[in-house]
Amino acid sequence: MVNQLRGMNERIQKLRQQSETQAPSISIERAVLVTEAYEKYWGKVSIPVLRALTFKHMMENKTICINDGELIVGERGEKPQSAPNYPELCCHTLEDLKIMNDREKIAFAVSEEVRKIQEEKIIPYWQGKSIREMIFNEMTQEWKDSYEGGIFTEFMEQRAPGHTVADDKIYKKGFIDFKKEIRDQLEGLDYYNDIEAYEKQEELKAMDICADAIIIFAKRHGDKAKALAEKEENPQRKRELEVIMEMCYHVPANAPRNFREALQSYWFVHLGVITELNTWDAFSPGRLDQHLYPFYKKDTEAGTLTYEEAKELLQCFWVKFNNQPAPPKVGITLQESGTYTDFANINIGGLKIDGSDGVNEISYMLLEVIDEMRLLQPSSNIQVSKKSPDYFIKKASEVIRRGWGQPSVFNADAVIEELLRQGKSIEDARCGGNSGCVETGAFGKESYILTGYFNLTKVLEITLNNGINPISGKMIGVETGAPEGFKSFDALMAAFKRQLQHFIDIKIRGNNIIEKLYANYMPSPFLSIVIDDCIKNARDYNAGGARYNTNYIQGVGIGSITDSLSAIKYHVFDKQTLPIEDLLETLKVNFVDRESIRQALLNKTPRYGNDDDYADSIMIEVFNSFYNAVNGRRSMRGGVYRINMLPTTCHVYFGSVLGATPDGRRAGLPLSEGISPVQGTDKKGPTAVIKSAAKMDHLKTGGTLLNQKFTPRLLEGDNGLKNLSYLIRAYFKMDGHHIQFNITDIATLKKAQENPEEYGDLIVRVAGYSDYFNNLNKGLQDEIIARTEHQNF
Amino acid sequence: MNKGTVFNIQKYSLHDGPGIRTTVFLKGCPLNCWWCHNPESKALAKQVTFTKKLCIGCESCLNRCENNAIDLSRENSIFDRGKCKRCGSCSEVCPTNAIKLLGKEMTVAEVVNEIEKDRVFYEESEGGVTFSGGEPLMQHDFLYQLLKKCKQKDLHTALDTSGFTDWHILEKAAKLTDLFLYDIKHMTNEKHLKFTGVSNAPILSNLQRLALVHSNIQIRLPIIPGINDDEENIVATGEFISAIGLRNVSILAYHHTGVDKYERIEEAYKLPNTLEPTHDEMQRIARILEAFRLIVRIGG
Repeated sequence: MVNQLRGMNERIQKLRQQSETQAPSISIERAVLVTEAYEKYWGKVSIPVLRALTFKHMMENKTICINDGELIVGERGEKPQSAPNYPELCCHTLEDLKIMNDREKIAFAVSEEVRKIQEEKIIPYWQGKSIREMIFNEMTQEWKDSYEGGIFTEFMEQRAPGHTVADDKIYKKGFIDFKKEIRDQLEGLDYYNDIEAYEKQEELKAMDICADAIIIFAKRHGDKAKALAEKEENPQRKRELEVIMEMCYHVPANAPRNFREALQSYWFVHLGVITELNTWDAFSPGRLDQHLYPFYKKDTEAGTLTYEEAKELLQCFWVKFNNQPAPPKVGITLQESGTYTDFANINIGGLKIDGSDGVNEISYMLLEVIDEMRLLQPSSNIQVSKKSPDYFIKKASEVIRRGWGQPSVFNADAVIEELLRQGKSIEDARCGGNSGCVETGAFGKESYILTGYFNLTKVLEITLNNGINPISGKMIGVETGAPEGFKSFDALMAAFKRQLQHFIDIKIRGNNIIEKLYANYMPSPFLSIVIDDCIKNARDYNAGGARYNTNYIQGVGIGSITDSLSAIKYHVFDKQTLPIEDLLETLKVNFVDRESIRQALLNKTPRYGNDDDYADSIMIEVFNSFYNAVNGRRSMRGGVYRINMLPTTCHVYFGSVLGATPDGRRAGLPLSEGISPVQGTDKKGPTAVIKSAAKMDHLKTGGTLLNQKFTPRLLEGDNGLKNLSYLIRAYFKMDGHHIQFNITDIATLKKAQENPEEYGDLIVRVAGYSDYFNNLNKGLQDEIIARTEHQNF
Repeated sequence: MNKGTVFNIQKYSLHDGPGIRTTVFLKGCPLNCWWCHNPESKALAKQVTFTKKLCIGCESCLNRCENNAIDLSRENSIFDRGKCKRCGSCSEVCPTNAIKLLGKEMTVAEVVNEIEKDRVFYEESEGGVTFSGGEPLMQHDFLYQLLKKCKQKDLHTALDTSGFTDWHILEKAAKLTDLFLYDIKHMTNEKHLKFTGVSNAPILSNLQRLALVHSNIQIRLPIIPGINDDEENIVATGEFISAIGLRNVSILAYHHTGVDKYERIEEAYKLPNTLEPTHDEMQRIARILEAFRLIVRIGG
């Protein structure tokens, strides 16, 4: 076993190395092909058919890449880490390209050739025509004021509403089968009575073209493998290439016959979805363990596949995800999601369609793969139901303990209840799960799009300024009265709720237009093939064709707004130690020369995350106000709006557009993330955080995100793992949706020492007890830093 | 007495008995161990403490103190202990919590309410509540009511005690305690007197009697280098535990964590140069005890 690292063999190490070291770059090929197709077909065919012919043009002409040594093939760009752009969604300016190339974080190399083609070919065609420009043209001034003021973001302004997950259908059927279903629908159209017959015909024709396109794309990979095999001198690699060739000639045209083909078939579909449009959160295979298990069982029983071979194939599959950085973002979208990650997320465990425990041999194999690969993409999670074995949680906890943040942990029972509450059937709910960060969906049957993050704390700031955004001085809210006139905390809350309603209305009105723009101008007929019931309804995914359609608005900063309101309630109204005029002035001057007031706000306020009903009841009130303002509102695709509570990196952006807040936070600093307490203010340990967080009614959301930070010592030994599983089980008993753990390392401890204020919630195992790192003197901190170093092998 | 003085309620306590626990620290201790890492728990009365690095000099405390007992310019202690009435009003207005009032008067209902908040975790982990100190039996009436209430609510109770008390007090508590965490500090009386300030006679005799009436006693030995870690003392300890028919022993390595607390309560630390025992040293002690057919755990 020469050269084995964490169980990865030499092939995997090489592929992983290539994936990790290659710098992301821009591939212009897709933009060129899209432009060629539009030049050829625009105005001559219907929009769905135009999109389909464009897709086909890409599938027929895109560079085929088969990397040395790989067993699963296909790239989105011309090579690993090369990301296409999507001018029909967002036509990058030359300035955009320069920034992408030069920026310190999340950079993409832009070659001179790419720049030239963008300038000479792409920009002249697309300028003024992209979806992004259409959206900004259609938005009202009040929408723009709110957007620019940082009240909310807009997911669809430069990325397409994908955000969905595959179910099991592509393992049971091939695209030849889908073509038959499409043809049956076409033949059944009622041209005499159905006023939408023509639209349906065009959509179905488009889907049929897309099915052909993906088969062609796979076949071209087969041809390439064949050519490579003919030249290959290494007999082992030659044989591998021949197997790849056979696979690509068979799937996804036909249903996969074995484990290997199942993976390859998914991967072609994945590439199809993310090439057709820039769907944020890419695409995901959903319940990978359950989908693969029947193939694994059959192959191993037949003696055609070993455990090691299956694992190696999965590792090759993992590399494919990691090879695809999220296409470059610009502007506010970059700020809300500042990462290369494209958010494919693998679900492990959970329940089967019949309600029985879904954990199988592949579940454990996937945990090994995650552990050995340690790649940022794909992300992974375990779905824990009350039926999940403790052993499963223990094995996952061993991976969590390594401290690089995967897998995250979901409450499968709560997820199912959330889906049932939204009206899904029990079977569809059980086959659902989570994608992106924490979002709940019915896999293969739902379009559950995120419409944007919503800055709850900014709305409070505007309430405290009687409708004016103090950063710009513009009146963007409604007049709810000068806060000096509020006679009670309830009066303040009533004003806050009016402002909230005002901005939610603006947001929803905007989204209802944006949805229509996508439905009319940017359908996705390829994605529509694999999501029920688009074929049956002969309606596009982006036009409400899916069985279920949900729009989410994601609340950000619940910790910050709760603590801010708690501070006002406590100091201004209850204790009356701080007149509201003084508070407002203090915020206006950003605490300059008013440090003792800031300290009192920081340290003497009942805070969310400490199992203190004083603060937690305010959190519940804010949550319910947000829920009531959004939940159940109609969307234009025939679905409804709902809420979830997650930030990606938006809590940093939202903080940057916000002045000082009553919780003692200085202007411009980040807000609390997810549903976690404000950084450093949860002083009573993880059980108190979990209790506070569980007071939110998670089942009314489509996902919440709770982060917990531990040092590795806290999870040492079997007892450490057990204690982690107790926390998880207890949180889930209280209907918590999701929890993830940061197991921090030395670097973090050192930073914590330098900036204790930012790390107030860091817990360390000291001797016979656990304590907050900040509670320890420097000598002891140094000692623990030294000690932990011995823990790192 | 319906109220007691509590100096801390620690949640997610993992080392004071089985499962996830809440540890309630009651204030006051008859012992004065040199190595005590909770020195602020020794006095039964409330205390104000000052942490200099947190002070921003806002003088809120000066303005609030009615007894003129604070002088921020003083080097070692800002409090004039003669004038200070320990009312804690300065701690209420200190915005950074540089001044803290140690010890909070709480009713049985208040303490039990706090304990009950983490019930879901106890049930999941088969944990419960641990009473510690100080010496929890110093406030035995209060403790007795707390234990009774906890048993009524079907919570698992543990008592972390030095055993330095009257037998009838211990006996009464034993009926309501599921698990004893019982310390033995030294087997030689003179040494015990020197390093803890009290005789070990009542501790050992109480333990003997307790072993006859209680079936779940975990012995805890703090291992303090140079004080009680010599072979002779460990052997004597092992013999004693074994002779009274007990099996379970935890050995707890001395650690420095309490050092900075001494500064805050303005006391001198008597073991500034003592090193924490090494892993090998702890293993050596465990081996000696195991020769007496004891089940030894390193750590709590």
